[in-house]
Parts: sequence; structure tokens; C-alpha cells
Amino acid sequence: MTTSIVLENVTKTFTLRYHRTIKQVSVAKMRGEETSSTFRAIDDVSFEVQQGESIGLMGLNGSGKSTLLKMISGVMRPDSGTVLTRGRIAGLIATGAGFHPQLTGRENLFLNAAILGMGERETLRKFDEIVEFAELGHRLDTQVGHYSSGQSARLGFAIAIHVDSDIFLADEALAVGDKPFKRKCLAKMAEIRDSGRTIFYVSHAAGQVRRMCNRVIVLENGRLGFDGPVDEGIRYLHYDGDDEEELVDADTGDDI
Amino acid sequence: MTTLRDALPSDGNGERDLSTVPLTPPSANNGLLAVFQRRYLLRLLVRREISARYQGSFLGLLWSYIGPLCQFFVYWFVIGTILGLHKQVENFGIHIFAGLVVVHFFTETFGAGTRSIVRNKSVVVKMPLPREMFPVASMLVSLYHVGPQLIILTIACLFYGWVPDPIGMLSLLIAILIAMAFGTAAALMFSVANVYFRDFGNIVNITQMFVRFSVPMIYPFSMVDERFGSAAQFYLLNPLADAVLLVQRAFWRGTVPEADRDPSDFPDHLLVWGVGVLAVGLLLLVVAQLVFSRLENKIPERL
Repeated sequence: MTTSIVLENVTKTFTLRYHRTIKQVSVAKMRGEETSSTFRAIDDVSFEVQQGESIGLMGLNGSGKSTLLKMISGVMRPDSGTVLTRGRIAGLIATGAGFHPQLTGRENLFLNAAILGMGERETLRKFDEIVEFAELGHRLDTQVGHYSSGQSARLGFAIAIHVDSDIFLADEALAVGDKPFKRKCLAKMAEIRDSGRTIFYVSHAAGQVRRMCNRVIVLENGRLGFDGPVDEGIRYLHYDGDDEEELVDADTGDDI
Repeated sequence: MTTLRDALPSDGNGERDLSTVPLTPPSANNGLLAVFQRRYLLRLLVRREISARYQGSFLGLLWSYIGPLCQFFVYWFVIGTILGLHKQVENFGIHIFAGLVVVHFFTETFGAGTRSIVRNKSVVVKMPLPREMFPVASMLVSLYHVGPQLIILTIACLFYGWVPDPIGMLSLLIAILIAMAFGTAAALMFSVANVYFRDFGNIVNITQMFVRFSVPMIYPFSMVDERFGSAAQFYLLNPLADAVLLVQRAFWRGTVPEADRDPSDFPDHLLVWGVGVLAVGLLLLVVAQLVFSRLENKIPERL
């Protein structure tokens, strides 16, 4: 077994500033009020993930799931502790990032793919597959600004899911598009999982986690609350018992 | 669900053997050098900026040239005709335009570069890209517009019987490099500072005004020389003043008939000044990179 992700005593502190302008700050100082405070978004979290595992990261809103995922993806650096990963990281973390409403779907596809780390050849190779997955048809050559929100989300999703990776991060509800598209996305995720890549999946939907993952990590106020088998994790969160008919309703809950 | 999954053909990727790949921090690869390792993305970003900036407007890309052109005519008329510098300076129009090319390049780089990270927020907070990418892309977009301006300048100069000379072309190259180095350095530092306090965007507007008046563009260097005498060399500590003089050396000087040339039009050892200032610019670029790396850690949470 090869380790895929290693976190050791990772801590991330955020500074909250209550006042933005010089006037507000000086007024607050005069009154003796606090002008800023810090809080730990992630507090001394350690765990290891083996290659091929699929982890469901769960927790209430504001428990630090997003921050943790940003540190694993490399957007944020921990204040202390170390985050180490092996291989290429991709995932549903920046779907549609950098889409320019005045460029066509085709131009945006190439740009977004490059932002997600694909090279020119890789994009060309997967171009047809992505277009087919996004189901945009002839609209590909019209401006993205004229797409419906579902269409542009589908394009973003289709690109992101086709990036080659060793670690796949998903920080979005699979709530894009209509029911058939959603089903296709879940199938694609399952395919990624079955190909032996590591999956890190943030979700509130107990049913989806149960189907997708073989291990659950629960964050509580930035601390590691639970790390273990899926069913126990879901019970730990008291999320069990509400996972009927996932595809219809339960995937709306992903905050972040 | 199971049936669906089974129905899908496996893409045959299989499990990749990663035991030879080292464990690394996911955010390691940053810095200006990393930007040039990802040239493909940089190229796409620059192209997006160029083709999308004025889409939806009737004049499109022409707007990039209307700005400097208007500035040119204002200076040409107010300074040249009303204040009478047409009589004092040979081919004053060329004199202004030569300066304007490099000044406009710098101010565009500085201005657009400073806004670049905040403007690309959606990408910056989600993807671990080298964030220097965005100021650098702004610089390259501005550089792209320098080309046509230089062509116009060349055509105008040819009318005045200008012939390119090697030293002039070298001067032009150094001038562009100076503006690139200082523009990128300023854009790097201000782009990250702008994330912390949007005030920096406003500071940029003010400095741009200073820049336009602190270079020998709408007045000749001979005037500075005359007023300040030997103190005029302090004026040359302004890198953009040197860059403007170098471009004028490349274009304007050749349009003035030999007999009308004033030795005080250019300072002594202009090329030496140019190379020296360029070296300082490259040093500043290193400093800017260090500042950037220190501050960029907190970019995602401050945006």
C-alpha cells in the first residue's frame, strides 16, 4: 500500500477583522472594543490516507471541511504541521473557475482545462469526451454568458471530472444539472473510485457517502471527531435515517 | 446505482503505481519561475485577456489605442501649441509619442497588474496556481499593445527621414526591458497588497499621474539640464525617465537634422545609465518576488 495523503498536526488559524476602514478601526479602539479576533478553523488534525481509499469528509457547517480540503489541494498552507500528498491532484474544486462570459464554450473549455492543470495535448485528447459529457451540442460555440446556469455548471463539471489525477477531491454537491446528468456524474465518480484513485469527498448526504466511500472522517469545530468506517461515522453524526432517495433531495446540503 | 456503474465501460486507467512518486507539499511549486513552466496556461490567460477585454464594444481592440492617442493629442495641443514647445523642440510630436509608448506600457502593466489578483478571485481561491501568473499575464497583455504603437512610431519617424541605427535599437530594447522589470515588480507587490487593502488600487492611479510628469516626455531633457545643471543627474535616478530617454534616443533623435541637435538633449552616458537602472530593476524584481511570497499565503482567506 502506498500512502496518498499525510496530515500531521495540521493547524490553520483565521483572523477575523470586524472593521475595515480607518475610521471604524479608530472608533472601535477608542471604545476599547476588539478590532479583530482569531479562531482555529483546523486544530491539530492528523491522519493518513492510503492510495485507493475513498474518504467521505463530513461535519456540520463551519466545522472546517472546506479549509481542510483547500490545504490538501494546495490553495492554502497550514500555519503549523505538514500536509503531504503523492501524485497529481484534481477534482471538483474549481469547476467553472475562470469562465469568461464573453468567450465561447470552446475557448472556456481550453482555458478552464489549463487552469485545472491539463496540457494542450491532454485537452485535445479528451475534448470530444468532455463535450459529449457536457451535452452542450451546438451551443459549444456560443458565448458562455448566454448559457443557462445549468449548462455552464455542466461544462465546468465535465472538464473537472476528466482531468487525470491520482487524488480526486470533490467539494461540491452533485447538484448540477437535471436528474439524468446527476446520475451520470455519480456514475463517473464511481468509475474514478474503481480505477484505484484516492477520493476525498465532502458531503452532507449520508446516502451518497455510503455509496461512494469506504471511510468517513468527521470534523467538529476544526478537530478530528471521528475517523473510521462509514456506517459508524454517519451514526456518529446522527445523519442516519434520512438518506432515502438521495438523487432527488439529499444533495442540496453541501455548504462551503 | 450498481447497475449503472457496471454498465459503464472502464476507461482502462487501472491503478497507477505511485510508489516511486515522492510525497510532497501540494502547494510547493510557486514563484515567477513556475509561471514560465506553465507557459501554455499563461498563453491562454493572455489570449483571454486580449480577446475578451473589449468584446461587446463596437470599437473593440481599438480602445487600447484610443486612450494613448487622446493623451497624445492633448499634450500635443496644450503643451506644444499653447505652451509653445513646438518651437523649442524639433518634431515635438515624435518626442511626445516616443515617451508615451513606454510610459503607457508601464502604467498599464502597473494598473492592470495591481487589479489582477482581485479580479481573478474565483480562480485564485480555488486552484493552487502560481499566483504570480496574473500580474505577469497583465504585463504581457500590455506588452502586446506596445507592438502596434511602435509600428506607428516607426512609420511616423520614416516620414522625417529617420534611419534606424544599432545603438538606437539597443536603447529601445533596454528601455522596454526597464519598463518590464519595474512594471512587473510594482505589479507583483501591489497586486498582493491590493488583496489586503483595496486602497492600493487608488494609490496606483495617483502614481500614474506622477509618472507622466516625472519623465521628459512633454518637455525635453535639455530643459531639466538647464534648470538643474549638475543636479540633473538625480533626475535620471527615476528609471522611467531613463526609459523614455532611451526610446527617444532610438526614434526621436534620428528625426532631428544633425545641425539642429543640442548636446544637452540627452545626458552623457545614457546607455550606461540604462544598463545600471535595468540592473536595479532586476534586483527589485527579486525583492518583489520575496515580498510576494511572504504575503501570498494569506491571499485565499483575505479575498
